Amino acid sequence: MKSPLPEGLRELFEQATRRGAVPWHGLLRPGDWALLAVAAVLVAASFPLLWRGGVADRAIVKRDGQLVTELALNAPRRYEVQGAIGTTVIEVQPGRARVLSDPGPRQYCVQQGWLTRANAVAICAPNHVSLQLGGRGGANAAYDSINY
Amino acid sequence: MTASTIELPVGDDDRRIARHAAAAIALSVAEAALPSPLPGIKPGLANIIVLVVLARHGWRDAAWVSLLRVVAGSLAIGQFLAPGFFLALAGALCSLAVLALAQALPARWFGPVTASVLAAFAHIGGQILVARAWLVPHDGVFLLVPMFAAAALFFGTLNGLIAARLLAATADADSAP
Repeated sequence: MKSPLPEGLRELFEQATRRGAVPWHGLLRPGDWALLAVAAVLVAASFPLLWRGGVADRAIVKRDGQLVTELALNAPRRYEVQGAIGTTVIEVQPGRARVLSDPGPRQYCVQQGWLTRANAVAICAPNHVSLQLGGRGGANAAYDSINY
Repeated sequence: MTASTIELPVGDDDRRIARHAAAAIALSVAEAALPSPLPGIKPGLANIIVLVVLARHGWRDAAWVSLLRVVAGSLAIGQFLAPGFFLALAGALCSLAVLALAQALPARWFGPVTASVLAAFAHIGGQILVARAWLVPHDGVFLLVPMFAAAALFFGTLNGLIAARLLAATADADSAP
């Protein structure tokens, strides 16, 4: 039976699989090494660059669904919002935010504790106040969509 | 039955391209049977043939082999004109464009491994762009880039080494009596 491989290629494979052929490292030229190094660095860098989803960079405070303020998450501070039944206190620290106190009867939003992921949300419904973390949008968002 | 009156002259070029394309198609069909951890990540063994043809017979032959491989390979595995076919075609066209540019690199410094790695990156680049523009119109596809890029680097290096070894073997055979 005739080999399905082209003549030239069959010869090639025979030659290449012979013992004592060129060692692997001898097949790489200096530029190849340089390119491989650059490519490896770029590939390694692409992971954190493209997968930094969910890093929050600001706290969005709303009352009755209307934006009250946006606080950058890079310095500690407190912010007070007047709601329907009293004052809600938001605390911001680098990279995170929480509802420090709220006049609501069941304190759900306070007990939620620190929010750290982009789009995480704490809602103080009795006081009509919500605290949401915002991050870089688009492909880096931790969630595709949020509804509540 | 009437004998065909059309005669297409078949030259040595055509036979050589057809043989190499057949080998490339065989590799891509064999590869289609391999399981893949992530859809789209494949070794791309047929590109070894393209690289060897590029080095031995030039870019024109390589383009023929690569595109014949895409068309006939997809026919063989029943993917012709399916989304995967257009992704493969986009990848092949981008790789060929990059290979044409890579040929200008000085051969003393850059060998088949460089060509292979660059072509592999161009391949995923073309595929991702077509996927973004047409199949998955959402920036979410770019989240796959790190995985694809890592696979391109790994398999590009591997294929390049195999191609370099094949080429080195023929160079030996040519120089040895």
